[in-house]
Order: sequence, then structure tokens, then C-alpha cells
Amino acid sequence: MTIDLTTIWAFIIAFAVFMYVVMDGFDLGIGILFPRFSVGQERDQAMNSIAPVWDGNETWLVLGGGGLFAAFPLAYGLILTATYPLAIAMLLGLVFRGVAFEFRWRDPGHRPVWDAAFTLGSLVAALSQGMMLGAILQGIRVEDQAYAGGWLDWLTPFSLLTGFGVVIGYALLGATWLVWKLEGEAQARARRIAMITGIGTLAAIAAVSAVTPYLQYDYWSRWFEMPGLLATALVPIFTATIAFLLFRSLRKGGERAPFLLTLALFALCFAGLGISMFPYIVPDSISIWDAAAPEKSQIFMLVGVAIIMPVILAYTAWAYWVFRGKVGTHGYH
Amino acid sequence: MFETLDAVLLARMQFAFTVSFHFIFPSFSIGLASYLAVLEALWLRTGRALYLDLFRYWLKIFAVAFAMGVVSGIVMSYQFGTNWSEFSTKAGPVIGPLMAYEVLTAFFLEAGFLGVMLFGMSKVGKKLHFAATCMVALGTFISAFWILSVNSWMQTPTGFIMDEAGRFLPGDSWWTIVFNPSFPYRLVHTVIAAYLTTSLVVGAVGAWHLLRDRSDAHARKMFSMAMWMAALVAPVQIFAGDMHGLNTLEHQPVKIMAMEGHYQSHPDGAPLILFGIPNSAEKRVDYAIEIPKASSLILKHDLNAPLAGLDTVPDALEPPVPIVFWSFRIMVGLGFAMLGLGLWSLVARARKRLYDWPWLHRAAIVMGPSGFVAVIAGWVTTEVGRQPYTVYGHLLTAQSHSPLGAPAVAVSLIAFVLVYCAVFGAGIWYMLHLMRSPPRPGEAEPAHEPVRTAGITPAPAFNAPGAEDGR
Repeated sequence: MTIDLTTIWAFIIAFAVFMYVVMDGFDLGIGILFPRFSVGQERDQAMNSIAPVWDGNETWLVLGGGGLFAAFPLAYGLILTATYPLAIAMLLGLVFRGVAFEFRWRDPGHRPVWDAAFTLGSLVAALSQGMMLGAILQGIRVEDQAYAGGWLDWLTPFSLLTGFGVVIGYALLGATWLVWKLEGEAQARARRIAMITGIGTLAAIAAVSAVTPYLQYDYWSRWFEMPGLLATALVPIFTATIAFLLFRSLRKGGERAPFLLTLALFALCFAGLGISMFPYIVPDSISIWDAAAPEKSQIFMLVGVAIIMPVILAYTAWAYWVFRGKVGTHGYH
Repeated sequence: MFETLDAVLLARMQFAFTVSFHFIFPSFSIGLASYLAVLEALWLRTGRALYLDLFRYWLKIFAVAFAMGVVSGIVMSYQFGTNWSEFSTKAGPVIGPLMAYEVLTAFFLEAGFLGVMLFGMSKVGKKLHFAATCMVALGTFISAFWILSVNSWMQTPTGFIMDEAGRFLPGDSWWTIVFNPSFPYRLVHTVIAAYLTTSLVVGAVGAWHLLRDRSDAHARKMFSMAMWMAALVAPVQIFAGDMHGLNTLEHQPVKIMAMEGHYQSHPDGAPLILFGIPNSAEKRVDYAIEIPKASSLILKHDLNAPLAGLDTVPDALEPPVPIVFWSFRIMVGLGFAMLGLGLWSLVARARKRLYDWPWLHRAAIVMGPSGFVAVIAGWVTTEVGRQPYTVYGHLLTAQSHSPLGAPAVAVSLIAFVLVYCAVFGAGIWYMLHLMRSPPRPGEAEPAHEPVRTAGITPAPAFNAPGAEDGR
């Protein structure tokens, strides 16, 4: 593999998508788990733990989409057309989820309605994102550089599996975030949920990993032929190790470690997806070079990313730092 | 063929609906973010609690508007791909990077500092909080800069070369693309419109509370600030709009023909049609009330200057005249009404009756939503006036859409209409509800401030006993 501008851009987009997945992942996860927490202080605290940061987290989705539009315009149009109903469902889900942060405080009389909108919006967004992943992995019918399939091609058992996997994975992220940010009974509840969703996440990872190599021959050769096998074998080994550490930490009362370990778990899944897909952006039909914008566009944006991204990461870190610590009324430090 | 045509029309309706609904929120939050920065600056400088009360009052309203702007904006950023994939593939290399810059320089800035602006005053102290407010305000402006550059490029595309596949590729200089001919005019006109829109809302809220209690110090302050803004900015906006119109005449003359209702060419002075009913079938304006030669005077600064009409343009390349004709008149009419309100407030100020003239206050209330109507009408004029192109003169709308069936687009359009009306309807009602009660001394922070973290946060001077404003 040679490092050229297009490859660099593929990594930048992958980075933006990964940042989105883990950062909005725990926001959406909290939305999915919301009904598990009692009305009143528990829910308020769960919501407050993400209220100052959710907007920034969601911005990574705009960067992923906007970056794809700019760096790989063909892929942006193809994927979104092929998964049209899922994309629309995700956007509408995010509408309900986003406004619920403000509306539930503005209208106490209808708070249960907005709490339900928060949960359903998060669930629909997560499920749609997971199913979009499945739809991309199983391949998109492309003819003459345009989408040539029907408008329900994305709906398969495999995409339902990946959709379920992402929902439960986000729930695990949300639960471990709450273990970090909450205390007392609410924290204990989050810990129990993290155990269950942790098992669910591992099961989903195992199922998706088991099925993926059979989708297309290419996936099989990427994973199971020498010498690549030496490297790819590390992914499941690391995954098993991290999973072990995660459960041990949850049992032993770890506060921060479960969340960080879940992040590592997501990073490994992401690496696995990278191995499966690279250098295709739409598996087996459109490579990153097919979809790439011209060099001038890539350079123009790369300058911006190189200068601005460190600044963004710095003030995002600062915003998290300002709202650090437990959400509750008394601290633990 | 019928199937294709239908899907394009539905996709256009969907884009028009979602973007119109979306733009209501930024046209308010761009102005309101700056107003909040001004209020906080005045508070920091004078130490008067009144300014802090007003700041917190409008901050709660801002939070609701901003949340709706964010979620409806994400829809926009994906709609290019979902419904306009051909446009995205072809124009992506040129406008994609501009939109990526919008995300990098504006969206992250707004989102990153919004949390601190809404909930962080007690955590970071006054000065840093003010800096966060300024960053959010700056972010709203930078966002307008990039997205208006994109829109203007679609209106007056420059600086590109076209490859054999019909893709727009960047030419030698990005400067030519970003600062395309209509961009400076559109940017100025749109940003001023946002300020004017916000000042009319603030003025209406102030007027509403003045009608209830003339002595209400908070209502007086915001009404006075808003009326200064309206009086000073409305004339500037009319001038900027005129400049923008002359720029459009130079680069998109067909749009002007549609706005003016000039179906026929006028070799020796074109009339200004004030009102009438455009009749595209017969190519004339029925029941027209017109001022002879005035259009030539405005557009060419010469009574007898010839002006070409739509008879010089093939029918297939004409925009829908009645829509553009009417939306333009709504915008201009409201613009002059805003000027009238501004002048009235100056008269009231001179007679020392600004807080004491119920008819002025009633007029200000009526004009409260006029900014939104004018802004949407203006966008309808410029966007519908660009038809039948997406990239003016180069890419037809009918060649820009995704290969989607009409049923898929119809279902999504219905879903957007239902969800937006329900959700944003509720949000707008919540904002009106917040505006209904007057700002009070000791106005609370946004109700859901996260409960303070444990004692590790350095206690800012703001909370110290004896600090002048406290809460």
C-alpha cells in the first residue's frame, strides 16, 4: 500500500467516523437506555452528563458526511442513495433526539413525551447507522458509477444483525459512560446494564465477524490467507483480551476503566472493518481512488484539516475538562 | 419519463421544505448570538444586573432555537447525497471542500463552546464565559460565510474547469471559487437580514411587555436597543439589496426579468411593475400597475436604457415567473415596512414617547415575525430564480437528482413534513412561551444547568460574596 493523498483522506474520513461513533455512540446509548433509569433525578443526571457535549459530538457526523462529500463525492452520493430510507430515518431520529435535550426542560407537563422521543430517536438513529454499515459491507449494486439497485436492497438479515450490533454496542458505551459519571444506586444500575450489554456486544461482534467472510470472497482472502493472517489474527486476540479486562473492571468497581476499555473495543472493531474494506469504499465496486476528488480539492482541504483539527481537538478537550467529574450533587474526588 | 419528472419535483419540494424550515433558525440565531455577546459585554463593562438578566432571558430562547437549527442543519448536510447524488458527484470537488471548511471552522466552534455558554458560567468565570459567547457568535458568522459562498458559487460559478464526464473541477485558484461574483453581496445582504430579523423579534417582545407595563426597565432596554438596530440597519439593508440586485442583473439577468415580470423586451425604457398578476401562458402581466421607465432607472440609472425581457430566453430556460415575481415583492414590501418602523421609532425617540406610544408598540409586535417572512421570500426569489439550473448555466436541475423512485421520495417528504411541523411547531411554541413572561431581576440560568461538580473547580470571582451582580 502506498501512501498518497487519497489514502490519507481515507484515514481522515475513517477518523471522523470513528470519533462520531464513539462520541455520539455514548450519547445515543444513554438515549437507548433512558427507560431503564427512574424518572426524576436519575434521568436528569443521565441527561445532564451529556447536555453540554452532545452537540459537539454530533458535529463529527457532519464532518464524516461533509468530508465524504468533499473527498469522495462519488461514494457520498452512492451510499446515501443506496441506503436512502435508512439515511432519512437516521436524520429524523436525530431530530427527535436533539430537540429532546431542550424540550424536556421547557415543558415539564409533557416531559414523558420528550423522554420517549429521546429514546426512540436514539434507537432509530443507532439502528439506521448499524444497518447502513451492513448495507455497505454486503455490497451495493453499481452500474456506470450510479446506484443501480432497488430502494429496499439494504434490508437483509445481515444488515439487521449489524443494526442490532450497533444498538447494543452504543448501549454499552452509554452504560460505561454513566458508570463514570454517576454515583450510588444509578451507577450500580449502569454497571449491571454494562455487564449485560457487554455480553450482547461481544455476541454481536462474534456473529458479524463469523458471517462477514462469507459475504464475498474478498473478505475471506483478506482475513485468512498468509501472510496477512499473522496480522489479522491479532485483532480477535486483542478483542478477547480487552473483553476480559472490561468485565473484570466492571466487577471490581472500576469507574473510568470500563468506558476506556469499551473505547478500545470499538477501536478494534473499527480496525477489523478497515481490514475488511480497504481500499474499497463501496466493497468490490468502488475503490477510494475511483471515488476520490481531484488532487487540488484534496490538498486544499488537507491544509485546513492539518491546521484546524488540532485546535478543534484542543477546545473539545477543554469543554470536556470544564464539565469533568461526577454529575451528582456531591463529588468523589 | 413521468416517473422521473415526478421524483425530481418531489425532491425539489423536499429540499425547499427542509431548507426553508431550517433557515428560520439560523437567521434568528446568527443575530441572537451577536446580541447575546453585546449584552454580556455591556454587563461586564457596566456591571448592571439588568444586562445579565436580559442575557439569561435570551440565552434560554437561544438554546431552543439553536438546538432546532442543529438538527435541521444535519438533515441539509446529508440531503445533497440522499436526493442530489448526481449534483454531489459532479459539483462535489468544488463545493465539497467549502462545506468541509464550514464544518471545521464553524460547526465545531459553535458546538464546542455552546456547552460552556449555556451551562458553564459558574465553572469558568465571567471572562472565559464571555469568550465562549463570542466564539459561538463568531462560529455562526463563519458558518454563514462558507455556506453562502457555496450557494453563491451555484448562482455565479467561477474558477472551475469541466472534465469530459461533466464534473466541475477546481481551477487555478480557490480564491476565485470562494469569492465568486455574487458572494460578497449575498453575504452582506443575508447577514444584515439575520440581524434585522433578530432585532424585530427582540423589539416585538419588548413592545409586548411595554404594553403591559410601561415602566418595565428590561422591556424598555430591549425595545430601545432593537429599535436602534431597526432604524439604523433597515436603510442599509435596502441599499445592500439594491446592490445585490444590480449584481444579479450583471450575472443572472434572466432572474431579474422574472423578478420584474418583464416578459417582453423594452428597447426604450422598461416600466417598474408594482403589482399585477403574471400570466406565463400569455406572456404578460395582467392588471399591472406600473411606473413607466422606472425599472430602467433603478437597474440602469437611465430612464431610456433598453432592458431585455424573457422573450429573449428559450421557454425551457425560464424560471417560474409568478413565484419569483411575488416572493420578490413580499420581500421588498416588508423591507420598506421595516424601514417605516425604524423611522417611526426615531420620531418617537425625538418626542420622548418611545416607551409611551402604544400604537408604535402594536406595530412592532405585528412586525415581529416579518423578518422571517422576508428572509424566506428572499431565498425563494434567488433559488427559484436560478431554475432550471442547480449550477447556473452549467448543470440542469433535471440532471442533478439521485436515481430514486418517486414513491421513496414521496414517503420521505411526507415524513419530513409531519415531523418538522410537530417537532419544530412545538419548539416555536416553547420559544413563544418563554417570550411571554418578561425578563425579571435575578433571571435564572437555563434550568438544566448540570449540577456542580465537587469542590475541585476553582471558585470564580463571579460567585464570591459581594460580587455586584451575583444572581
